[in-house]
Amino acid sequence: MTTRSHSHERDQDFSDVDRAALLQALAAVLPAAALLADHEDLKPYECDGLSAYRRVPLAVALPEDEAQVVGVLKACHRLGVPVVARGAGTGLSGGALPNEHGVVLSLAKMKRILKLDPYSRTAVVQPGVRNLAISEAAAPHGLYYAPDPSSQLACTIGGNIAENSGGVHCLKYGLTVHNVLRVRGVTMAGEIVEFGSAALDSPGYDLLALLIGSEGLLAVVTEVTVKLVPKPEVARVIMASFDAVTKAGAAVADIIAAGIIPAGLEMMDKAATRAVEPFVKAGYDLNAEAILLAESDGTPEEVEEEIAAMRAVLEKSGASEIRVSTDDAERLRFWAGRKAAFPAVGSISPDYYCMDGTIPRKRLAEMLMAIAEMEKKYGLRCVNVFHAGDGNLHPLILYDANVPGQLERTEAFGAEILALTVQLGGTITGEHGVGFEKIGSMCVQFASDELAAFHRVKAAFDPQGLLNPDKAIPTLHRCAEFGRMHVHQGQLSHPELERF
Amino acid sequence: MIAGFKQRILEGKPLCIRGAGSKDFYGNPPQGEILDTRTHSGIVAYEPTELYVTAKCGTPIAEIEAALAAQGQFLAFEPPRFSPDSTVGGAVAAGLSGPRRVSAGALRDFVLGVKLLDGAARELTFGGQVMKNVAGYDVSRVIAGSLGTLGLITEVSLKVLPQPVADATLRFEMAQAVALDKLNRWAGRPLPIVASAWQNDVLTIRLAGARAAVEAAKLKVGVGETADGTCWDVLRNQTADFFKTETLWRLSVPSTAPELKLPGEQLIEWGGALRWLKSDAPAEMIRAAAAAVGGSATLYRASAELKAQVDAFAPLPAPLMALHQNLKAAFDPQGIFNPGRLYKEF
Ligand SMILES: Cc1cc2nc3c(=O)[nH]c(=O)nc-3n(C[C@H](O)[C@H](O)[C@H](O)COP(=O)(O)OP(=O)(O)OC[C@H]3O[C@@H](n4cnc5c(N)ncnc54)[C@H](O)[C@@H]3O)c2cc1C
Repeated sequence: MTTRSHSHERDQDFSDVDRAALLQALAAVLPAAALLADHEDLKPYECDGLSAYRRVPLAVALPEDEAQVVGVLKACHRLGVPVVARGAGTGLSGGALPNEHGVVLSLAKMKRILKLDPYSRTAVVQPGVRNLAISEAAAPHGLYYAPDPSSQLACTIGGNIAENSGGVHCLKYGLTVHNVLRVRGVTMAGEIVEFGSAALDSPGYDLLALLIGSEGLLAVVTEVTVKLVPKPEVARVIMASFDAVTKAGAAVADIIAAGIIPAGLEMMDKAATRAVEPFVKAGYDLNAEAILLAESDGTPEEVEEEIAAMRAVLEKSGASEIRVSTDDAERLRFWAGRKAAFPAVGSISPDYYCMDGTIPRKRLAEMLMAIAEMEKKYGLRCVNVFHAGDGNLHPLILYDANVPGQLERTEAFGAEILALTVQLGGTITGEHGVGFEKIGSMCVQFASDELAAFHRVKAAFDPQGLLNPDKAIPTLHRCAEFGRMHVHQGQLSHPELERF
Repeated sequence: MIAGFKQRILEGKPLCIRGAGSKDFYGNPPQGEILDTRTHSGIVAYEPTELYVTAKCGTPIAEIEAALAAQGQFLAFEPPRFSPDSTVGGAVAAGLSGPRRVSAGALRDFVLGVKLLDGAARELTFGGQVMKNVAGYDVSRVIAGSLGTLGLITEVSLKVLPQPVADATLRFEMAQAVALDKLNRWAGRPLPIVASAWQNDVLTIRLAGARAAVEAAKLKVGVGETADGTCWDVLRNQTADFFKTETLWRLSVPSTAPELKLPGEQLIEWGGALRWLKSDAPAEMIRAAAAAVGGSATLYRASAELKAQVDAFAPLPAPLMALHQNLKAAFDPQGIFNPGRLYKEF
């Protein structure tokens, strides 16, 4: 038996894991079809949606029920083997990146909707259920699950819990944390714990809130109770063009200042509309420097009132053109380009790197201007889509991994954007998580006291540090390395900035 | 101020963190030397178009709400104001939400960030002022409702929202079972019902939102008697006669839980999900009834004698209690802050 302990000083070394002993222990708790150990079977699990980072694990476990999840975790706990949970692998921060000395615990086979109750407006689902599958099952009852990440066709509710995922409608309807009542999970030691309940409040600390967004570091999710909400009767979207990004940014603040919380408020810059238009033929104004999509939903009367109010604000804010969807087909077409922005960009560039910071809305224009400067500095193009209503940016840096040096330049470009989000009073990740990717940028956002506190939280759940190690929270050693690196390369524009 | 707080913490004696003291009754009886947070007061930042307000812990809720109202905004989770001096730090620590919680969300849903002094008097900052933030664990939301047991909250950032344009209150004569059924059916339809209260065979609902939506909804819910909206503040601040009682239980249950046949009088909020109970029935009986429908019962207000015998909060299963104790130790290993206030075990 290996004894390990989670430390906030240094990453752990797992190179002493005994593969044969591990496979034997897993075979004892899993049916043969639920255990993969051949290299070609392991290959598909080497990365998640962020394919720049790859590692092949020692084994992949595909449990069919919670008892098998417990079995896998207990075996790995006993042997001191790291475990990385995995849903659909659509994550964009390397959260499900395997450990090369560890096990990937895929929840893909646990994909049943256990109960859907229209009367209580809740659904109880297994972790591998796809986000959209919940809304599809609820649709006959006039209900749906509100958080709608663009990846909703593929991503799982377990992954959504881990990342606290949002979507284009979370400005009005909230993130995952606002739409989940209860999570059942298994700790690394194999203990089953219920977080939250079928009621709105539960006694004790709100550990449900802690678990949501914890990037698979605290427990493996095995069952979820989600809230379902009634589908609005109608929705309409305004598409507004602006001849300057500054005006579009100001218009976002003007809408909020007018007391309106739109169902969705998204922005795309010219590079983005030009990239997606050939793909979706949404009819975007390709001469506009930026377009805003502002959606209203509710009763027909309500929507009419709100659309009129938003139109008035947008006109006053200097929109050069305003179109309002007349039917649902047109509404979906307006949205199509925004929802398909990532794949569309994938079709115009060999590779792209999706960033995910949040900044105060009022600084959107400033950020866009700074990004334009960085494009020149790094010699790379960047396409910008935003969840503008909540200040969540998704700059997509275009690069070609086959050109030597481009990935490194892209990473440096990305790190500079993230450092700027912190400087502008925001955060390095709004919804994609820190994962493996942004671990260095965490050192920019947090001081060592907070990082040490995060490690103590981790140790409260997983004292040996076996669940998804070297992700999300950097060790102090890593931050020291990161500090040396960025001072050395001089890549961050404001190394003198205080961390906060 | 912060320096003074740090000094008190470093003395290492158990502390009872206290704002205006309006929630002294809540939780297990306070223990330790009083640390008054009201010396650290004031709004630090309020940006209406960014939808947030940041205030020091001792700032009265009333002061914050007045500032928001001047800009047509409000705290949608409606924290109860038990006294005009109730502080924002106390509100966040208690984690209590008002009538609108069922539609707008709970206090914890509106917490964007906190500053905290931990058991070693370290100043820690979690979260921030932006709406979406998944960098690091969401410690701020755990602080909400932790009753001051994890640290001294020195500053909080809360999400604010525009006040709804239109508002209407309707009243219906209705037996409890019928009201519960109606509320659950309405909640499954896109209606702007933001709060509800049932008591003594009268169901009161509050509609709020766009003018057109409220008008349309009035017709859809059926003919009720229009009432004035002041009842919601009375309910929120618990100044109604119903709350003037020695023993009051707060049962958090699924909204669809059937009528709970317990001795005593009930007042039902949150579309059926919150059931207040004035009852002298034994604690075990009340806790068992709540647990049987998937909920839990809190001994909310009680005499000192009763509080000495009965834990304020429903007991936790062993693995969950172990996580609570570990987390407590992560922030306050010496057990300085509000010992026993949440659970006797820490
Ligand atoms: C085209 C595209 C568009 C996207 N759009 C959005 C968007 O609009 N909004 C948004 O928020 N995200 C978006 N994402 C990111 C991604 O889809 C989400 O983060 C999603 O929640 C990941 O789910 P998954 O099942 O794929 O998880 P994975 O990628 O498999 O895993 C993600 C993390 O969750 C952990 N995890 C997975 N399952 C469990 C479990 N059962 N228990 C514990 N931990 C678990 C993993 O260890 C990992 O850390 C997008 C991604 C793509 C590729």
